[in-house]
Amino acid sequence: MSSLALRFENNAATREQPWVKWTVLTLGLGFFALFLLLPLVTVFAEALRKGLGVYFAALTEPDALSALKLTLIAALIAVPLNLVFGVWAAWLVTKFDFRGKSFLVTLIDLPFSVSPVVAGLIYVLLFGAQGWFGPWLQEHDLKIVFAVPGIVLATVFVTFPFVARELIPLMEAQGREEEEAATVLGARGWQTFWYVTLPNVKWGLLYGVILCNARAFGEFGAVSVVSGHIRGVTNTLPLHVEILYNEYQFAAAFAVASLLALLALVTLGLKSFVEWQQAQTGRHTS
Amino acid sequence: MSSTAAFPLPAAAGPEPTTRRPRRVLPGFGLSLGYTLVYLSLMVLIPLSAVFLKTSTLGWEAFWRVVTAPRVVASYELSFGASLLAAALNTVFGLLLAWSLVRYSFPGKKLVDALIDLPFALPTAVAGIALTALYARNGWLGSVLEPLGLKVAFTPLGVLVALTFIGLPFVVRTVQPVLEDIDTELEEAAASLGAHRWQTFRHVVFPILTPALLTGFALAFARAVGEYGSVIFIAGNIPMVSEITPLMIITKLEQFDYAGATAIATVMLVFSFALLLAINGLQAWSARSRGVGAGRGKR
Repeated sequence: MSSLALRFENNAATREQPWVKWTVLTLGLGFFALFLLLPLVTVFAEALRKGLGVYFAALTEPDALSALKLTLIAALIAVPLNLVFGVWAAWLVTKFDFRGKSFLVTLIDLPFSVSPVVAGLIYVLLFGAQGWFGPWLQEHDLKIVFAVPGIVLATVFVTFPFVARELIPLMEAQGREEEEAATVLGARGWQTFWYVTLPNVKWGLLYGVILCNARAFGEFGAVSVVSGHIRGVTNTLPLHVEILYNEYQFAAAFAVASLLALLALVTLGLKSFVEWQQAQTGRHTS
Repeated sequence: MSSTAAFPLPAAAGPEPTTRRPRRVLPGFGLSLGYTLVYLSLMVLIPLSAVFLKTSTLGWEAFWRVVTAPRVVASYELSFGASLLAAALNTVFGLLLAWSLVRYSFPGKKLVDALIDLPFALPTAVAGIALTALYARNGWLGSVLEPLGLKVAFTPLGVLVALTFIGLPFVVRTVQPVLEDIDTELEEAAASLGAHRWQTFRHVVFPILTPALLTGFALAFARAVGEYGSVIFIAGNIPMVSEITPLMIITKLEQFDYAGATAIATVMLVFSFALLLAINGLQAWSARSRGVGAGRGKR
């Protein structure tokens, strides 16, 4: 890692004068500290401001626990669904040639460019009391919007592309020769995938799952639209943070927020680990 | 440093298939095509089409009245203006950060490199309340800035701060791999021909980085326009002053004005589709000008 930087710094042609280097570093890192580091530190400082007692009380009260439970449920449904989809879609896009492929890839990316608020709105339009399926759902006493299924659907939507997004470039780079050899030698489709493709992409796949999970835990806008904010029933952790904050229970709000921030830090740690693993594998194979 | 490109970067669509044989060796084409199309339609395409169908029931005149109401127009100005400014800020400082991470060694570099992606991993609501606490009158930064007459929290400036926070990784993570791939020979050649370091940067390095910088700018901009969670806490949400467009949708929904909410959502959707196409074009350009297939940046 640093060897790359040293390659530039020890080369008279690619080295800047010290004052240029220090100006660039100061501006860049100053911006980083101001916009990324300070907000992160603030979360933990505010969370612990009233002491550990308040901190743990906020994390263990029933509403916080039920919010945690709902967040876990949504993630446990959304992540496997999008994992299976991501694998199928990546297999399709990288192992076959067909017309309209790049258009399909654009469509898979679509949920990234849709505002989370719009993502929530579409489920209200479909399943809300005035929505297309609203009357039918009411007749059968089913509730989707302002209930758990709506939250799950909104979470699936916003995390839709994550796994596919990670796998497609990786499997594109791996090529098809190994799979083709396996097939010619008589391996069945799932054997080819399980013994040839999967070992090659396992770290990228894990990375996609980690990102998908982080987003599923943290989604706010889309879930906020479909949840109806019913305390203890349809509140996820980020929505619980909002409610506490709007009730001026700042220490409690930041305590719950710090839990989510910790998850974000774990996500970033895992990401660095996975990248390191990928670099190791890449070094061995190429 | 393997910078596996960032989190939600839209696809660099693979290189166009040119010389593949038409016969398919690998199994599963029909099954994977069917599964992908069905799941994509059920989860994304059909729900999204609901927005357009609902809008079409509104009629052109009513639609136009909703989307050009003064309060809504004010929200476009804020959302698009602040997003453009934030993306521009991120382009400048993102380049400086990417340059620092690739070209210089300094203590704590690995930590900085890992934390760049924080805005992708941190839930937006958490970022929102943290930024608000930081810039509020009694916050660490607010208590310094407000006596100087610079009010950030609960003003449009707060919106800019939040949008800058969430957009930073896009520029760094699109520029960083390109910067890593640049051959030192180019700069050595420029130096041996007598170019100053600045001239080399301006005429040799910068043109190579331009497509990536533009892509990063567009990605940060696209994300900022739709952003909700990190903004609403710090914006103050004063009508005509600090209301963003996604908030207008929420406001209409809370008044049970579903048609109005959908009309504004349509405007946002059309805009993000246009931006998505532009970004795909930019990324294709970026990949071409690096002279490599799209997948290679992953190494």
